[in-house]
Amino acid sequence: MNQHTVKAYGDELDQLTAEVVRMGGMTEAQVSDAIDSIARRDVALAKSVIERDEKLDALQHEIERKAIRLIALRQPMASDLRKALAAMKIAVDLERAGDLAKNIAKRGLALIDGEPMTPLTRSIVRMGQLVSTRLKEVLDAYTTSEVEGAIAVWKHDDDIDEHYNALFRELLTYMMGDPRTIGASTHLLFMAKNLERIGDHATNLAETIHYEITGEEIAGDRPKSNATAEDIGDPYTATEIGDRG
Amino acid sequence: MTMNPDLVAPSREPRQGDVSALDTDRNPGHAEAPVPTVVHPGLTGPIKIKAEDVSVFYGQKQALFDVSLDIADKAVTAFIGPSGCGKSTFLRCINRMNDTIPSARVVGKITIDGQDITDRSIDPVLLRARVGMVFQKPNPFPKSIFENVAYGPKIHGLTANKTELADRVEHSLKRAGLWKEVADRLESPGTGLSGGQQQRLVIARAIAVEPEVILMDEPCSALDPIATARIEELIDELREEYCIVIVTHSMAQAARVSQRTAFFHLGQLIEVGPTEDIFQNPRERRTLDYITGRFG
Repeated sequence: MNQHTVKAYGDELDQLTAEVVRMGGMTEAQVSDAIDSIARRDVALAKSVIERDEKLDALQHEIERKAIRLIALRQPMASDLRKALAAMKIAVDLERAGDLAKNIAKRGLALIDGEPMTPLTRSIVRMGQLVSTRLKEVLDAYTTSEVEGAIAVWKHDDDIDEHYNALFRELLTYMMGDPRTIGASTHLLFMAKNLERIGDHATNLAETIHYEITGEEIAGDRPKSNATAEDIGDPYTATEIGDRG
Repeated sequence: MTMNPDLVAPSREPRQGDVSALDTDRNPGHAEAPVPTVVHPGLTGPIKIKAEDVSVFYGQKQALFDVSLDIADKAVTAFIGPSGCGKSTFLRCINRMNDTIPSARVVGKITIDGQDITDRSIDPVLLRARVGMVFQKPNPFPKSIFENVAYGPKIHGLTANKTELADRVEHSLKRAGLWKEVADRLESPGTGLSGGQQQRLVIARAIAVEPEVILMDEPCSALDPIATARIEELIDELREEYCIVIVTHSMAQAARVSQRTAFFHLGQLIEVGPTEDIFQNPRERRTLDYITGRFG
């Protein structure tokens, strides 16, 4: 993209993008570290994820402040205006995803005191890796401004949903088989739900990035997993209790 | 397409000196004119001005290249583009101001309500009564406020007596939002008003001859923000009655006052469309570069 005639304006837009990329990298790290802390039963790592969440919050405010300032002082038009608005929206989704990662780490700490539930933890870790990959792909699409990457993530959200549904069934079976595991299984269930929510945020990011690049909303149908929340009897999703993740 | 009858320009009674009356063979009158078709995206309502392959030469130099553009009635169309892009040149074709430049040559066809105004048989003086113009710098005559507005109706013989003339001056000044400020000093010189008031006086003068089209060539560039806002408000009111074309260097102004925007570059019309599309998501790369400030 050729430079703005007013160089400082172009620099400000570049800085805003750079901040978003930085926040994206931090969120990616938070999610994958939270997963690692579960896989390795690593207390220190889990605690560091919980502590680092503050930085994401601060960065979100910083991005919001910069975007508002840019809009007020530069009156950006067309693609530049979309860039400023997209930065604000992306920062919100990343902050929410970061909160969910923090929550996963907290639940991980609660699990470390009890008996390891190896097969279930492995399923969570696999799902976590899938979500991390989606997040990485969508943030790569933002960095490179390649709209195809965003579309791919948007289309593949059903993988994560299917993973979640499978895990939900697995956990139910476990809890029915041995009621003593209900406490730990509930934590794992919420972790799975949090991961599914992070996947939803990745989809939101894909939509925002698509709009920023093209000025249009993503068209077409997004494939949805066949099994609905009601089918698998997930009361949380079915009634969308406290739909804030 | 079906046309809302309220949006269709009422057919005017040809009056003395009206150019549309000079050329009846070519122009059967608006009432019988076929409903114009929309040839540009986002153009709703009837078309007032139609330009086809208009080129302008200043001596050997070509300043405008094959511009074809439809301009809607009862709407504001903004022309934007960098200096020397041809937007003012094109604007000046609409009331044949380029005739006053000896080396200028205009080819192509411009019609107003179906009538070819580039035809040599058209009297440019009468054309300019139909197509008023407001310039960058307010240019009141060195006469009283009253005389400034009365001048046009007088020379075109539009009023029968002094009372009618006074009524028309009052109406025009009211329409231009200036009446309250000058009602008690109509005999003071027009040049004694502030810049913004002078510009509204000039608009009142243009309105006084009951034009159909008002051309504005950067009407606010010499005004402060408050005076600019008043002119923009006035433009928004006037568009209910007139076809308004405005050339502006301020993209924010084009975005604020116009319904359609045309972008010119190097003598070519690059893109025209609804103002909100041009400023949100233009189709042409050059338009995007210009409106986002990337022109090199």
